[in-house]
Amino acid sequence: MKLTDDERAMLDGREGKARQKAMELLVRYAEALGCERFVDTTNVAGVPGSTTPFLAHYYKDWPGGKDKIFSYFDLDSDELVDVPKVVTHSCHLQAGYDPDNWELLGASPEAAQLSRSSESYAVEHGIRILKTCTPYLVGNVPARGEHCAWMESSAVIYCNSVLGARTNTEGRESTSAAMLTGKIPDWGFHRDEYRRGTHRVDVDVPIHSVMDWGMLGYFVGEAVLEHIPVITGIARAPDLIRYKHFGAAAASSGGVELYHIVGVTPEAPTYEAAFGGNEPRETFKYGPAERRRVYETLNANGKNTDVDYVMLGCPHAALEQIREACMLLDGRKISANCRLWIFTSRAVRREADTAGLTKIILDAGGHVLTDTCSAIGQALPPGTKVAALDSAKQVHYLPAIMGIEAWFGTTEDCINAALTGRWTGELR
Amino acid sequence: MTDETLVLRGRKVSGGFAEGEALVTRETISGWGGVNPAQGSIIETRHELRGQSFKDKILVFRGAKGSSGWSVMFHTTRLAGTAPKAMVFTEMTTKVALGAVVMRIPAVTDLDRDPFEVIETGDWVSVDGDKGIVEIVKKNSN
Repeated sequence: MKLTDDERAMLDGREGKARQKAMELLVRYAEALGCERFVDTTNVAGVPGSTTPFLAHYYKDWPGGKDKIFSYFDLDSDELVDVPKVVTHSCHLQAGYDPDNWELLGASPEAAQLSRSSESYAVEHGIRILKTCTPYLVGNVPARGEHCAWMESSAVIYCNSVLGARTNTEGRESTSAAMLTGKIPDWGFHRDEYRRGTHRVDVDVPIHSVMDWGMLGYFVGEAVLEHIPVITGIARAPDLIRYKHFGAAAASSGGVELYHIVGVTPEAPTYEAAFGGNEPRETFKYGPAERRRVYETLNANGKNTDVDYVMLGCPHAALEQIREACMLLDGRKISANCRLWIFTSRAVRREADTAGLTKIILDAGGHVLTDTCSAIGQALPPGTKVAALDSAKQVHYLPAIMGIEAWFGTTEDCINAALTGRWTGELR
Repeated sequence: MTDETLVLRGRKVSGGFAEGEALVTRETISGWGGVNPAQGSIIETRHELRGQSFKDKILVFRGAKGSSGWSVMFHTTRLAGTAPKAMVFTEMTTKVALGAVVMRIPAVTDLDRDPFEVIETGDWVSVDGDKGIVEIVKKNSN
């Protein structure tokens, strides 16, 4: 490793034991990557110090107090360290529990208490509590070229592709170490040569709705895996919500962390600029037949048309999406056989409260919940067998994690299912 | 019959030595949402290894995909005692690199031959992480 003086000082322990352990972990990580230097990061998003019942139980007989989980798990240290405040702009992403609705989500009082104390710990260490997978929706919008260290694959792909900022998909341990040091390996998407397109996807079917963008994202991820797709044939720039659903899907079916849309995204003013001299290694076509195949794949876990749960807000809902759900409900009540949960961030929830939207959802029989989702929190309404979802990402994960059936469609298909208790969605 | 031992040379990802039975997939593996860390098994709905356990195996795979919770899930397998003994993979990403580090198991990549043409599930494989050497005894050779 080629270390700067400040990095060497931290590694030698001159900045305290915690920063030394953080640098040791980052050095092991950089060596695993085959990377020789670090870059200074000014924007870190992770889940520092987050305690689950599993971790609390595992470490219960280990020495130490409040710094136990951060020392042993986050920093992967065998020694307990005294954890100081963070040295760079840091935020906490989504967590497992809505602090106001943990009972509804089926959490135990112990788990809710652990979540509250983890949050206090993060606050004491100078970490912003955003509690969302969509930091870019609630004020953490990195500048173009800014070196970030973000977790959350759907946020990473947005950060790189839509904002033109620079981050790899970091993990909990690397982000927690970055918060204490302001350093992250200068590898992958931090470097110009790694940001050029490698694979080409020609879109040959109109892409309009949020569902269209989700399906295209799912196709792209399956096609290019962890590589960098350059997408042609998109006539008009999508809005933030469509980018959110496209990226979340591509990062779930594959491992896409950066994409370029020719003539649309910031590093792809032209086809040539997007590839930066690379020849596409493979070219894929997305036409009506591919679109149908993706739709069928995403609905492969749906058999029973009796829907007992509708979940919206993956990634966390923007205010406009909550407003759309309210308009689709149109004053009606949801079926007695169905539950409707909409997940969002605390900031958007506050705005929804102010706008009267939370009350509309509640009056219809649904709930607006924060901090988590059914997959992250592993929380379903009791007895759920069949879910309806408008997110390709959520339909990819939820049946696998929770062992339920799930349908995928438009937000309107999902609200109709909530109102009638029946799935009637189809590819239009 | 004598054992046929094949040797692949690659690059150290993380150090240490381990040997065991290979579990091989050309597919990538999701960590969070793709494995059950309490059981050390693959749960992704359409994965070719769905339902199979990697506990104490030499996991030979393409690499990581999906959620940034990859390292936490595999870190948790170490605590739960369900981790693989070593990893051999072909596609480097930050997810798999960090995962190997916090699992504290030997891992090797950038091999001089395509491991999927050489290693099959059930072969006896040893991984010397520090030297970047992978040795394979074919399961049908003795």
